[in-house]
Amino acid sequence: MKLFRTSSLLAAAALAFGALTMANPVMAAEAGPTPERQNWSFAGPFGQFDRAQLQRGFFVYREVCQNCHSLSRVAFRNLSEKGGPEFSESQIKALAAEYPIKDFNDAGEPIERPGRPADYFPKRYPNDDAAKAAQGAVPPDLSVMAKARSYSRGFPLFLLDMLPGMAYQEHGVDYIYALLAKGYTKADDEKWNAYFPGHTIAMAKPMGDGRVDYTDGSPKTLDQYTRDVSAFLMWAAEPKLEERKKTGLRVMLFLLVFAGLLYFTKKKVWADAH
Amino acid sequence: MSGPSTYVPKSALGRWFESRLPVMGLVHSSFIAYPTPRNLNYFWTFGAILSFMLGAQIVTGIVLAMHYTPHTAFAFASVEHIMRDVNWGWFLRYAHANGASMFFVAVYIHMFRGLYYGSYKAPREVLWILGVIIFLLMMATAFMGYVLPWGQMSFWGAKVITSLFSAIPFVGDSITTLLWGGFTVDNPTLNRFFSLHYLLPFMIAGVVVLHVWALHVVGQNNPAGVEIKNVQRDAVPFTPYATIKDSFAVVVFTIVFCWFIFYVPNYLGHSDNYIEANPLVTPSHIVPEWYFLPFYAILRAIPSKLGGVLAMFGSIAILAFLPWLDTSKVRSGAFRPVFKVLFWVFVVVCCGLGYLGAMPAEGGYVIASRILTLLYFLFFLSLPFIGWFETTKPVPATIADAVLAKSGGSVALAGAAHEKP
Repeated sequence: MKLFRTSSLLAAAALAFGALTMANPVMAAEAGPTPERQNWSFAGPFGQFDRAQLQRGFFVYREVCQNCHSLSRVAFRNLSEKGGPEFSESQIKALAAEYPIKDFNDAGEPIERPGRPADYFPKRYPNDDAAKAAQGAVPPDLSVMAKARSYSRGFPLFLLDMLPGMAYQEHGVDYIYALLAKGYTKADDEKWNAYFPGHTIAMAKPMGDGRVDYTDGSPKTLDQYTRDVSAFLMWAAEPKLEERKKTGLRVMLFLLVFAGLLYFTKKKVWADAH
Repeated sequence: MSGPSTYVPKSALGRWFESRLPVMGLVHSSFIAYPTPRNLNYFWTFGAILSFMLGAQIVTGIVLAMHYTPHTAFAFASVEHIMRDVNWGWFLRYAHANGASMFFVAVYIHMFRGLYYGSYKAPREVLWILGVIIFLLMMATAFMGYVLPWGQMSFWGAKVITSLFSAIPFVGDSITTLLWGGFTVDNPTLNRFFSLHYLLPFMIAGVVVLHVWALHVVGQNNPAGVEIKNVQRDAVPFTPYATIKDSFAVVVFTIVFCWFIFYVPNYLGHSDNYIEANPLVTPSHIVPEWYFLPFYAILRAIPSKLGGVLAMFGSIAILAFLPWLDTSKVRSGAFRPVFKVLFWVFVVVCCGLGYLGAMPAEGGYVIASRILTLLYFLFFLSLPFIGWFETTKPVPATIADAVLAKSGGSVALAGAAHEKP
């Protein structure tokens, strides 16, 4: 069809135009290194979390991140739910009890009681001012962190990121991994990070090799800790990821069959009209 | 095209009801017997796709509103509650958020189709203007909907766009205060945006009824751009021909829609909107949703604030004048060699503006935005002259001739035989 030959020609022109604007020096000025794309078990249409990795990631959060950061939109019960780290209910009961939760007794007096599975992770600081006073800056809540960070892949890569077979949704975790595992490159300046916008990060290098004791034989290295905690944060941000992708497969199969049936019905109906 | 309905219900109860309220006859004449040109291509299925999207947005939106809290202190948390604790909440929210994008994908294809095939020309001017009104209502609805999750982009997007109204001389500041319900974007703003976001889709539905009504009075345009002359030869009845074709197209479109919902649900959003709104921290780079980017680029291309606002609204308002700007006697772009080239240049200009809207307003980007803004308006302003000078290709005498020329066979009349005018 003539119409489409013209359109492909102009699409080429658009691409050339895009390439020209990308060559503009303005962009290059503020761009640091781009995080490297990592292999994640949860990436792709069939991706699922690695339970053991989520459990290890949670321990890294508990041993390291939790000292400053909250996880206030996650409840203890979530850790035993399907599609997550899937700790046993007794493990969750014991874990929740480690956290003191502010509550009121029957007389209406403020008390602290041991946490229960239905409780949410308590906030590390009562408010932002307290956090700032203690840390010098407000450590952000980590509940949706893996979706709240990203980086630009530029034209035309960003267009490919939405396509089946090439889909890329893991910008946030890749950024977190790069920042923690590869970002602190200046030994004499612990607040310098290659991947942080502006390079001056309020958080000093939070961990190194051997910081957390793994009991399942996984390497006790910064690289492994970072992979595990990044995966854990992805689950925390998107606890229904597995359910979503599994449902998606069923929906897609149904729709493809349905579309096929409609196509042949349409062909039959129109057979006498052309 | 449509006269008094000749439909007679089969049952006695049906005839009793029909003589008191002829609603079944209305449905019959609009969606069953209605003659549709037999040469329509798949670009004509987007009307059905858009109706489906409006329905999908209203249904998911009504359920989301049952779980959402329009208060600055709870809005962000209630959205996370929907994502984590509400049964199928993640699906509803991703369907609604991506549904807005799919709605705009479909409406842009629908509009470009109307532009290419001259669907705005007499006698379809009112039909076209109603479409422009629907587009404006869609933009307002989508903008206010994006504010509701109360993320950083919600808040700062609301701030930037509402501040535009302050550029209007004399009454600008009062309008902005009225939009805000105070002296900055705050809880009253969120409340009124929620209320209006719930109201506007039903206004869209109302204008859609007028749009479809107008369509059924003047009849559908078609790729040949000639009117139906002989219903038997040129048209097929809406049911089953258009219903089955539209159903197929809607399902194919739904596959694309579901790809976004289930596999790349955050691709079209901005990561900053997962950070709760903070009036004290301005994001380094405020960008609207992708479907507003071309207009955002036009806004920023003009060095004066008022000028930018006028250019932005003008770029949409000018669409309403298309029926009178285009002077060509030939309707379909398929037979207009000069217009055809300009049309595709215009498509590229719109995509280019979209790209520039996402880039920072500095250096070469500003210059490129200005050139493309100029080209955007030049396209419309060149239409009267092209109509006078262009040598058009021969237009088929009838729709049947157009189908014949394409298939090279004879037009069977079996399809039209169902129709008893």
